Amino acid sequence: MPYDPKNPMKDRITDIGPRHYEEFMPPVIKKNFGKWLYHEILEPGVLMHKAESGDEVYTVRVGAARLMSIELIRDAMKIADKHCEGYIRWTTRNNIEFMVDNKSKLEPLKADLKANPMFPIGGTGACVTNIVHTQGWIHCHTPAIDASGIVKSVMDDLFKHFQSMDLPAQVRIALACCLNMCGAVHCSDIAMLGFHRKPPFVQHEVISNICEIPLAVAACPTGAIKPATVEGKKSVSVNAARCMFCGNCYTMCPAMPLMDAEADCVVIMVGGKISNRISAPKFSKVVIPALPSNPPRWPEVVAAVRNILETYAKDANKYERLGEWVERIGWEKFFEKCNLPFDVKTIDDYTLAYNTLRTTTQFKFS
Amino acid sequence: MAKFETPLLDELEKGPWPSFVSDIKRQAKKKPVLEDLLGQVELSYKDKETHWKHGGIVGVFGYGGGVIGRYSDMPEKFPGVAHFHTMRVNQPSGLYYSTKYLEQILDIWERRGSGLTNMHGSTGDIVLLGTTTPQLEEVFWELTHNLNTDLGGSGSNLRTPSCCLGMSRCEWACFDTQAACHHMTNRYQDELHRPAFPYKFKFKFSGCPNDCVAAIARSDMAYIGTWRDDIRIDQAAVQGYVKGELKPNAGAHAGRDWGKFDIVKEVINLCPTKCMSWDGKELKINNKECVRCMHCINVMPRALRPGLDKGCSILFGAKAPILDGQRLATLVVPFIKMEPPYEEVHALIEKVFDWWMEHGKNRERLGELIQRLSLKEFLKAIEVKAIPQMVKEPRSNPYIFWEEKDVPGGWTRDLAAFRKKHPL
Repeated sequence: MPYDPKNPMKDRITDIGPRHYEEFMPPVIKKNFGKWLYHEILEPGVLMHKAESGDEVYTVRVGAARLMSIELIRDAMKIADKHCEGYIRWTTRNNIEFMVDNKSKLEPLKADLKANPMFPIGGTGACVTNIVHTQGWIHCHTPAIDASGIVKSVMDDLFKHFQSMDLPAQVRIALACCLNMCGAVHCSDIAMLGFHRKPPFVQHEVISNICEIPLAVAACPTGAIKPATVEGKKSVSVNAARCMFCGNCYTMCPAMPLMDAEADCVVIMVGGKISNRISAPKFSKVVIPALPSNPPRWPEVVAAVRNILETYAKDANKYERLGEWVERIGWEKFFEKCNLPFDVKTIDDYTLAYNTLRTTTQFKFS
Repeated sequence: MAKFETPLLDELEKGPWPSFVSDIKRQAKKKPVLEDLLGQVELSYKDKETHWKHGGIVGVFGYGGGVIGRYSDMPEKFPGVAHFHTMRVNQPSGLYYSTKYLEQILDIWERRGSGLTNMHGSTGDIVLLGTTTPQLEEVFWELTHNLNTDLGGSGSNLRTPSCCLGMSRCEWACFDTQAACHHMTNRYQDELHRPAFPYKFKFKFSGCPNDCVAAIARSDMAYIGTWRDDIRIDQAAVQGYVKGELKPNAGAHAGRDWGKFDIVKEVINLCPTKCMSWDGKELKINNKECVRCMHCINVMPRALRPGLDKGCSILFGAKAPILDGQRLATLVVPFIKMEPPYEEVHALIEKVFDWWMEHGKNRERLGELIQRLSLKEFLKAIEVKAIPQMVKEPRSNPYIFWEEKDVPGGWTRDLAAFRKKHPL
C-alpha cells in the first residue's frame, strides 16, 4: 500500500532507526571483524589491512565533493558492482572507499577509477585529504560565504598534496560558511570560516509579527540587543559597538539579517587538531581576521592557505602537526615565517581571553 | 541548452578536483529543478549573498526533526527551488552500503526529490537535498515501509549518533563503535525524533584516541576507545622497523625522503611521557606512565598494539564557538567497558539528560551548562566522584563554594556569644 495523504497515520511506521550495518559489510570485512592485525599504505590512496586469519583487504580511497548527484553515486556503484561485490563505503571526511579481497583485483579496480576524473585516488597518510565543509550558498540561509566553491578552488590548488604523502603529518582542512560551524573547523590544522561584519538590520515593521522579541533579546551573547518601541511598534534596538557578528539573533529572528556582500569575509584559522597523538587536541587560532570573499575562485583564500601549508611543510619536523610546529617555534615566529602581518584583532577579547595572553618574559624577537 | 547562463559557476568546472558544478549540470538533464538551483547559485556568486530564506517549519507527522525546511527568496525566478527541503536519513554505522540498498534510496530521490545529496552531512546522515512539501510524507513512507530506514535528527533533540568504522577494518578499535552507535541510536529514538531538549545533543563514538569522528571536539558526549593494560609488543617487528624492513607509520610518510628511520628520534623522544626506552635490542615501555596517545602504535603498527583490557573513556561538553565559545570535551569517566547490554552507560546518559533538561536554558549546550553551573554540580547530578584525571590542574583561586554540611559546626552561629567575645 502506498502512502495515503487522506489517512496519514494509517499503518504508520516510526522510530525504527537506521538499517543494521552488518547487512552492508563486504564478506572479507564481516569475516575478519575485530580481528585485524595491521595495515599498510601501499601507495597514496591505497590501503592494505591484514587480518589474523591471513586475509587481506585492499582499499582504494577516492576524493569526492560531498555534494553529489545520484548519477555520480551510481557511477561509483557501477564500479563497486564490477569490482567490489556490490559494496561501497564513505569515510568521515567524504571520501569514497572501494574494497577488494585480493591483490589481483586491485589494478583493474584502480584502472576503472582512473578512467573517471570524478574519482581521484588519494587522501591517505601525510597528505591533505578531503576538506570537511558545510552547505554555503547551495542550501543554507545563514552563510557568510559559499562552501563548495571555495573547497573546490582550494583542493584544485592543493591537489598534488591529495595524491602524495609528502607533508610532515596529515593536514586536516575544514570550511564553515558561518560560525555555527557545521564541521570541526574549530579544531582543524587549517580552517576557513565565513564571517559577517555588519550588525543586523532590524525590520521594525514586521519583527513583532514574525519573531518572539524576548528570544531575539536573549539570543545575544553580549547583551547588545534590547527591547525598544519604534514608531509605536514593539521592536528591538541593536548596540552596534557590542555586536560580535555571531548571527545568533538572525537564527532566532528572520527580521534581523546580517549578510552583506561588501562585508562578509573569510577568516583563516590554524593549528587545531582532534587526535590525542603526542600532544592534546587543540583549537584552531585566528591568524588572518578577514580575507575578501571573491567568487568564483577566491584567489586570496587559496593563496593564503597555500602559503601557510607550504611554510609548514618546509619547516616542520616529521610527525609534527601544524599546531605542534607553531607551538615549538612560537606564534611570533609563525607570523614571521608565513610573512603574515600581526593584527591586534587576532588577540582574543572574548570569554576565555586571558588564557591566551603571554604571561612570561620568555619570547622570541622578530 | 541550459536554462540559465552560469559564467561564474563554469569557472568551477576547471581544475583536477571533482567539480560539483559539472556533476549538477549533468544531473540537471534528468532533473530540471537543478537548472533553477544552478541559476540561483549563480546569482549568489554574483551577489555574494545567499538566496535561501530563513527556515520554515516542515516535517513529517509525529517527528520534530529530520526535515529542514528551505525556500528560495526568488521563487518566481527559480520556481524549481521554491521549496527545496532537506531530509536527513539515518546512516548505517560505519558508512558501509550495499549498492542494492543505496540504489533504493537513490531511486526514491530520483522520483521524489532533486537528485542531489550530501554523502554525508557533517553529523553523519545521508542528506537528501531538495524536495517539496507534499513529497516529505511520501519519502518517509517509502523509507520506513520499503527500506526499513528512518530519518535522522535535527533541531533541539538528539542528533544522529555517528562513529568511526571501528572493528570492521581497524586494528586499533578498543570497542565496537558500530554496535554501540547502532544500539544507542535505537534506544534513544524518542529523543532523536521528538525535540524535548534545550538544544542539540550529540553522541560520537571513536574507537581509539586518534578520534577519527572528532568526538572530542564535536560531541556533547564523546566515547573514545582506550585500554588499561599493557601495549602489546612484538620485539621482532620492532627490529624490522629499526632495520628498515618495515615502513614507519604504515608508509604514511613515503612521499618524501625523511632519511633512515630512527626509533629514538621518531618514537622514544616523541613519547609525551617519556615512558619508553630502546637499548638497541629491546623496546621497553613503562605502561604505568603511558597516557595512550597512540603515537608509538601509529608509527609501528606491526610491532605495537593496544592492550587487551579495552573499553572507552567518556568525555562531555564539546561544541563549536557559538555561543559562549568553543569547547573541547572534558574527561569524566576515564574507563568503562563498552559492551552490551550497556546498562551502566544508559544510567549515566539518562542522568545527564535529566540534569540538562532541568537546568539548561534555551539553546544552551551541555558544555555551556557545565561552565555556568560548574563541573562539581554536574558530577553531583550524575553521581560520579571527582578524581584528578578530570583536571589539567587544580584551581588556582581558593573561592570554593563550601557547603554547610562540609564545614565543622555548620553555618548556624550564636551572634550573642560571638559579640561577648568580640565586642563591636
